[in-house]
Amino acid sequence: MSQTSRVAAHIKALPFSGIRKFFDIVASRKDVISLGVGEPDFDSPWTVREEAIWSLERGATHYTSNRGDPALRQAMARYVARQFGAEYDWDTEILVTVGVSEAIDIALRTVINPGDEVLYHEPCFVSYRPSIMLAGGIPVCVETRREDQFRLTRQMLEKAVTPKTRVLMLNFPCNPTGAVLERRDVEDISDFCIRHDLLLLTDEIYAELTYESKHVSFVSMPGMKERTIFLHGLSKAWAMTGFRIGYACAPPEISENMMKLHQYAIMSAPTTGQKAAAEALERGDAAVAEMVAEYNRRRNYLIAAFEEMGISCHTPAGAFYAFPFIGDLGISSEAFAMRFLEEHGVAVVPGDAFGASGAGFLRCAYATSMDNIREAMRRMAVFTAALRGG
Amino acid sequence: MDELLDILSNNARTSIEDIAKMIRSTPEEVAKRIEAYEKSGTIRGYRALVNDDHLPGERVTAVIEVKVQPEREGGFDRIARRIAGFHEVVNMYLMSGKYDLLLFVEGDTLREVASFVSERLATLDGVLSTGTHFMLKTYKQEGVLMDGDKVDDRLQVSP
Repeated sequence: MSQTSRVAAHIKALPFSGIRKFFDIVASRKDVISLGVGEPDFDSPWTVREEAIWSLERGATHYTSNRGDPALRQAMARYVARQFGAEYDWDTEILVTVGVSEAIDIALRTVINPGDEVLYHEPCFVSYRPSIMLAGGIPVCVETRREDQFRLTRQMLEKAVTPKTRVLMLNFPCNPTGAVLERRDVEDISDFCIRHDLLLLTDEIYAELTYESKHVSFVSMPGMKERTIFLHGLSKAWAMTGFRIGYACAPPEISENMMKLHQYAIMSAPTTGQKAAAEALERGDAAVAEMVAEYNRRRNYLIAAFEEMGISCHTPAGAFYAFPFIGDLGISSEAFAMRFLEEHGVAVVPGDAFGASGAGFLRCAYATSMDNIREAMRRMAVFTAALRGG
Repeated sequence: MDELLDILSNNARTSIEDIAKMIRSTPEEVAKRIEAYEKSGTIRGYRALVNDDHLPGERVTAVIEVKVQPEREGGFDRIARRIAGFHEVVNMYLMSGKYDLLLFVEGDTLREVASFVSERLATLDGVLSTGTHFMLKTYKQEGVLMDGDKVDDRLQVSP
């Protein structure tokens, strides 16, 4: 009996992440300038690390309650109220998870019955489609477009919704496009959810990282809190990816059922991470503001550099990704990324790693130093000039 | 703080062209604003942040607490200016609390700094007392950690 025949059929059928293949290639090379990293280059703020160390020193090395340390959940409730404009009961409506990744998985598994359709947008984070499939749902993709600044509009959703649609899954500010929704988009899409009686699963992990206007959360919209699972976490804005702390806010009936999955699969999120997260939420604002200011300068630099090269790029208003279009250079995203890596030593991620509609685009993360960005752009100018020249 | 000043405070060698891109301006406009800051004295100068511990030879820095007699007219300012004028004094602040002035004094040798304190500083009219502490090691200066280089050990590509 071959080993792969022991693997369940539906898992075998699950494709590897498109980014993984590229990761292996980049990892085999030395001295690469990488714009391919989907996490902050900053280390976690010192006060956060100090709190983690202190928690270890005093022996906070045990499980917490399944839902998460009460002090942390209370901090989360306060933070969501002041930052996103919604009041959640810390005890019955907030669940601390192992990153937003776990929250996405258990949220989908909690609310999807086999055959339910889930609307989501592409290009999007690599785990969305597989997570929907693993939960037994049918992923229905809505493609966002460059001409709309990769925003999602109600018209697009109306075309895709069917009587079987149960859930709308969103991620704005968006990885990989850097797109954000404006207030009127949030209002329109909220109205769409209410009209079609959909549950909204909104991953707002990049909420703090916006550069043109303040983030508008779906939970601040009237009538939305009761039909929303709101996901947020510490990884991006606080540069705490390794601590693995996310959380889900949801109505108590949904939250307690998500808690069952979390309890059986995870027990509780890492305790050190939870202690650090509470510190970040209570005293991390200044550090976040400093990082946001620095991301904004890098973002502006990238946009200006693309413009100088004659590369079209919508204004990435959030997260830390630019998503320039190179489809008019007569080369595929993958070929561009491969040759740029091999000939110039710079890693970018082909846009179609995030869904077919990302073809013709590149994801360039600006979560790296200004020096790296400057050098990468200098090399990209040389490379694109060569592509145009011949 | 103005974003332009923030960028220069972090790295004064950032080129005018780069700054223009970073703050969505033009090189001409950035140059004009920097010049205005220089003229008004908001930007007092540009210099390297040197880690003295890496330099050959001994450089001595002392932190000195000074009690002075304030004057009826002018308060601390006149005596403070007289002290600040010495080239050995590199930083100086008026403080609240048990002493009045806090000085950072530099010299090539311990003896040089000691003689500055005993012969020049302590003997000034209006200086009541001094307390001298010699610095042993610099851990952080101007918000920058002085030892340990950061290594980027993140995955090179991640979702």
